[in-house]
Amino acid sequence: MTRFEPKIVVFLCNWCSYAGADLAGTSRIQYAPNARAIRLMCSGRVEPYFILEALHKGADGVLVLGCHPGECHYLEGNYRTVGRMALLKKVLSQFGIEKERVRLDWVSASEGARFATIVNEMTETIRTLGPFEEKDA
Amino acid sequence: MDKLKLALYWASSCGGCDIATLAIGEKILEVAETAEIVFWPVAMDFKYKDVERMPDKRIDACLFNGAIRTSEDEHMAKMLRTKSKIMVAYGSCAYEGCIPGLANFFSLKSILERVYEETPSTDNPGKVYPQTRVQMPEGDLEIPELKNMVKTLAQTVDVDYFVPGCPPEEKTTWLALEALLNGKLPERRSVISHSSKALCEECSLVREGRKVKKFYRPYEVIPDPEKCLLEQGLLCYGVATRGGCGAMCPQAGMPCTGCYGAVEGVIDQGVHFLTALGSIIDSTDPVEIKQIVDGIVDPAGTFYRYSLPVSLFRRAKSV
Repeated sequence: MTRFEPKIVVFLCNWCSYAGADLAGTSRIQYAPNARAIRLMCSGRVEPYFILEALHKGADGVLVLGCHPGECHYLEGNYRTVGRMALLKKVLSQFGIEKERVRLDWVSASEGARFATIVNEMTETIRTLGPFEEKDA
Repeated sequence: MDKLKLALYWASSCGGCDIATLAIGEKILEVAETAEIVFWPVAMDFKYKDVERMPDKRIDACLFNGAIRTSEDEHMAKMLRTKSKIMVAYGSCAYEGCIPGLANFFSLKSILERVYEETPSTDNPGKVYPQTRVQMPEGDLEIPELKNMVKTLAQTVDVDYFVPGCPPEEKTTWLALEALLNGKLPERRSVISHSSKALCEECSLVREGRKVKKFYRPYEVIPDPEKCLLEQGLLCYGVATRGGCGAMCPQAGMPCTGCYGAVEGVIDQGVHFLTALGSIIDSTDPVEIKQIVDGIVDPAGTFYRYSLPVSLFRRAKSV
C-alpha cells in the first residue's frame, strides 16, 4: 500500500514567513514536499473563506504562517488572524471537520529551520488524520 | 389580454412567506386586477391534480417559498417548474435554505432519534417512528419521506429569480411582483432587492470605529439606540448581509440576523461575517483574543443561520 501523501496549502506572509521559507530553501534544509506555498502580503489577508475553499478544492490541511505577535509589518494584521482562526476552528468542529486540519503559526524571516519543522509536523498530523472528505449527500 | 397566471406554493417553510405576500396591503387589489391566481394551497382550494392537469408552461410565474426537505417538496418543485414559465425562489428558505436548512448540521437519523426518543417531553417506550407508508383497513396511507439533506430550490430545479428575506419585506415583495406584472424583469438568475450592497449602507446607526472586548447576546445588554450594534458587541450581521430591507431590525435595537443572504459576489455568508468579526476585536494578546471569541455561543449556527445549504460545505459531516 502506498503511503498517503497529504496536500497542504501554506499561506505565507510576504514579510516574515515567506522570507523564512525562502531561508529554509537557501539553507538547503530538507522538509516534507507536501506543502504548496501561496504568498500573500500579510496573514491578515487570509480570509477564512480561502481556507474553506482550499479544503473544498482538494487540500487535506491548511497552514497559515505569519509574523510573530508584535512584529507584523502592518502592526495588527496577525492579531486579526488570531481571532479569525480561533473562530474558524470552532466553526469547523461544528461542521464535523477536525480542527487540526487548520493551523496558525508564526515564522520570522530568520526562522528557516522553524518553517521546516512546522511543515513536517503538519504533514505528519494530516497523514494521521487521513484525506479530507466532504460529506455531501 | 389574458391575465398573468400566478401560482404560489409553500414547501418546507413556516408559512410566514405566504403572509408576507399579503403584506403589500391594498396593492393586492392591483395584483388581483392584472393577475389570476391559479394555485395557492395556503389560501385557496386547489388540488395538486389541478396543477398536474395543466399543460406545460401554463403558469406565467410561480412564487415558490420553502426549502426542499421532503419527497413532496421535491415533487412539487419539479412539477411547478415544468408548468411555469418563470420560477421565483421567494423568501430565504427557497433561496438559501434558512432555518429548515440548519437541519444540515445533523444527520436525519440523529434528528429523528432526538425528536421521537430523547426530548424530555417524549414518552415513546415502543420506539415508534413515523413510517412513510402504513396499512389501514381503508387502504394504504402515505406520508412524504424526509430527506437527509435540506436543499434550496435552485439545488433542485432551475430558478429564474431569487427574492431574499425571512420573510421578504413588503417593498421587496412589491419590487418582484411589479416586475412580474409589468413584464419588466431584471437579468435572469438575479436576486431581486433594492440593494446589492451590505445592509450597513442603509443603516442610520453611527459607527465610531470602536473595537470590542466582549460579545453579547441580545438579552444580555440594552444597546445605545443611536450607535452601531456591532461596535457595542452585539453580533449584528449587517456587514455581511445584503441590504434592501431598510435596516429596520438594527434601527429598533435588534441586531440583524442576516436573512437577506450574502451580499452580491459572496459565496459563503457565514465565513464572510466571521472574517469581519476578526477585525473588530480589541486586543493584541493572542490568549485574550481567543477568550473573546470563545464568548460566542454556537458560532456556526449563528453565522449560518439562513445560509447553511448554500454555504461551501452545505452540511456538516454526519456523526
